[in-house]
Amino acid sequence: MSDDIVNIEVDGKPVEGRKGQMIIEVTDRVGAYVPRFCYHDKLSVAANCRMCLVEVEKAPKPLPACATPIGEGMKIFTRSPYAIAAQKATMEFLLINHPLDCPICDQGGECELQDLAMGFGSDVSRYHEKKRVVKDKNIGPLVSTDMTRCIHCTRCVRFGAEINGLQELGTMGRGENVKISAFIEKSIDHEMSANIIDLCPVGALNNKPYRYSARAWEMVQRATVAPHDCVGSNLYAHVLRGTIKRIVPRGNEAINETWISDRDRFSYEGIYSVDRLETPRVKENGEWRDIDWETALDVLTTRLQASDGSKIGVLASPSSTIEEAYLISRLADHLGTANIDHRLRQQDFSDQDNDPVAPWLGLTIADLEQCDAVLVAGSNLRKETPILAHRLRKASLAGAQVCFANAEVHEYFFDVAEYLSTAGLVAELAGIAVATGGKLPPAVADLCKDLQPTASQTNVAKILAQGDSSLVLLGHVAARHPAAAAVRALAAAIGEATNSRFGFVSEGANSAGACLAGVTPHRTQGGEARGECGKNAVDMLSNDLDVLLLFGVEPGFDAPPIDAAAQHGFVVACSPYRSEALERDADLLLPIATFAETSGTFVNCEGLWQSFSGVASPVGASRPGWKVLRVLGTLLDGEGFDFESSENVRDELRTALGDIELNNAYQGSAPIVVASDGIDGGLDVPMYQVDGLVRRAEALQLTPEARRSLESSE
Amino acid sequence: MSDVDRLSDHVREEIDRWTARFPEDRKRSAVIAALHAVQHENEGYLTAELMNSVAAYLDLPTIQVYEVATFYSMFQTKEVGRHNVAICTNVSCMLRGAEDIVKHVEQKLGIKVGESTADGRIYLKKEEECLAACCGAPMMMVDHKYHENLTTEQVDEILDGLN
Repeated sequence: MSDDIVNIEVDGKPVEGRKGQMIIEVTDRVGAYVPRFCYHDKLSVAANCRMCLVEVEKAPKPLPACATPIGEGMKIFTRSPYAIAAQKATMEFLLINHPLDCPICDQGGECELQDLAMGFGSDVSRYHEKKRVVKDKNIGPLVSTDMTRCIHCTRCVRFGAEINGLQELGTMGRGENVKISAFIEKSIDHEMSANIIDLCPVGALNNKPYRYSARAWEMVQRATVAPHDCVGSNLYAHVLRGTIKRIVPRGNEAINETWISDRDRFSYEGIYSVDRLETPRVKENGEWRDIDWETALDVLTTRLQASDGSKIGVLASPSSTIEEAYLISRLADHLGTANIDHRLRQQDFSDQDNDPVAPWLGLTIADLEQCDAVLVAGSNLRKETPILAHRLRKASLAGAQVCFANAEVHEYFFDVAEYLSTAGLVAELAGIAVATGGKLPPAVADLCKDLQPTASQTNVAKILAQGDSSLVLLGHVAARHPAAAAVRALAAAIGEATNSRFGFVSEGANSAGACLAGVTPHRTQGGEARGECGKNAVDMLSNDLDVLLLFGVEPGFDAPPIDAAAQHGFVVACSPYRSEALERDADLLLPIATFAETSGTFVNCEGLWQSFSGVASPVGASRPGWKVLRVLGTLLDGEGFDFESSENVRDELRTALGDIELNNAYQGSAPIVVASDGIDGGLDVPMYQVDGLVRRAEALQLTPEARRSLESSE
Repeated sequence: MSDVDRLSDHVREEIDRWTARFPEDRKRSAVIAALHAVQHENEGYLTAELMNSVAAYLDLPTIQVYEVATFYSMFQTKEVGRHNVAICTNVSCMLRGAEDIVKHVEQKLGIKVGESTADGRIYLKKEEECLAACCGAPMMMVDHKYHENLTTEQVDEILDGLN
């Protein structure tokens, strides 16, 4: 038996623990519940609430289970009269200053203090003196504060310092006067800051947009998946009579642990935006009017049947479900067009034939933490995928050397080994590629001719080469880069030369799914090459077409605007929203459901298929996208569009795909020519502008982050 | 002006002297000394800007400096009068009439403890714990200087002598 095993006894039962474990870790494992407020398994031990006091044999006083390491032969009693008396005494102290406003507190019914007061509180208060009152602070549009309710567990303080790396709240003053505060009037300003709502065991920090709108016990909890980035954080929607009232994290250690980004938490507000399109609408002689679904589909099928296939274009959002993507790709096939794309913000398609079948991270999300040398190129990682940035931060804290190459310098709350930003992305990567000293493939050799790597570039190459588990990652900026082909080829070459894994952080929730489903002009389902390559997103927006079908896309926001010179015969937009731009561009608007109102599947960056059901009732007459496409396919006499459920759609594609292995290996051999390095800047999309849902989420639009992006765009 | 520029050369020297006493990665240990130096040069109180400067100089999150400054009663985080008058009210001084002295000073200056005179001359500190001069009780500290065995006449004389 290993020396690391420690034998102890919990409530009379012999239990094994590991050396160095705290009592509470062992009691939690064996199911002996010890009450607690400040302890949290993702945070450091503070031991300041004293609620977890237990009796330990031979100890002269009750000991805090969260901060007492186990020792050989220790006998612990969690429910003895002595332990219970200590816990009750702590509860009495905690309740001294806690207001009795549970009936008007949003935490009521799901409050750790309320629950434990039921178990350990006394019926009658012995305290008759004045209670402490604390002035509330305004810490921004996302989190409401009722600081009189605070019991100073400091979970929110530790979360900022340890998980985000940006300590925004602190303990001000001391003794009875201690207050949790930012000291100066200031909004919390981190992309994951609202997790303190879930961490707060009382009603001091709460969900501001949700405030006073429902009670915990009236709502039903339904599982769903976040629709804004390629992580696919697991969520619960709390739904009251068909309406989402709030979103909370659904724990999944392999993906989002117990955290979610603020974007995933508050974007649901966009579902109930005044912009929602509630009925199909048609433009006749420049006037918009409401029509019913039947008429609308009739108008559309007539138009589509009258058009030549090659003059039809289809643009779909990379956050469409894979069911929608598959049906829209099948529909395009049926209409005889290869003009179909989801790469809405991409500019350089020159090397698309060497794209992987689907972009993936190159490893699992959890494995990011195990990397010891990482180069993230062309990315604003914290804003693109907050959860991946968090994982990378954990890797860095564990000793990984993390380097960045990006024209714009972004702040990361960990030690950045190198940040290459001066020479432009292509030049910086070329410098690193040369510095690796490896034999470069012909595709990139020309790009690196006569290059003398700088000291920083050499250092990055060295770090990657020395790493045992190294990774080269390309982000959104790289994909949008005017020389994206060169960036990709260089990054792949660096990966190859340094024996690093190579991965992509793709746009939207389902870029991988859209690729697999064939929503690209050069490849059909499963990545099979099309006979003739169709028009890509840029071409469709700038060339004449008979019919342009927009699926969840608002040109000018999710994609470049429609070229003023392009003559599109008929533009139909399947969209949850109506907007000035859409009403100007489109001739027909079909209301489709948001992610929350449809069943579907997102394929995340590690290639994981995550299916979910609709959690809320669709607003107005909007219909799940896959149903609209199914009906449309049938009306156009398409074969095999008669699916009974979205699961049928998914399973058909899955069977057709077989065991497709995701592989990012770059096979390109033709030399890549870059006209000019171009200007790298301005490729960022502000994190609260990435899709229609987020753009209409009111609270997010009031954050400092959103205001900054507004100012910089003016 | 960047945050660090706000600190005088003298203050920086003083902070450097303290950071030198601790391991390189433990600059946080010098916060208290740094705040003392900064407060001393700023007529006895700290501002958010000055605390930000200390944070920048010591490479700390600003909030950690705010935490220390609000924790200790010898740091003032709001503007106060330029002379700091702290009358001990702990046990020994209390037994020797400290409360009468506090009452007398409050009347004389027309302010309560924790307030400053309107002309910005004197700050009467809110509450002072034992300053370890029980043998000379009752006592008070004026701008770091101890005055012991006080009578109301002596207090008048000391306070009137402050410019």
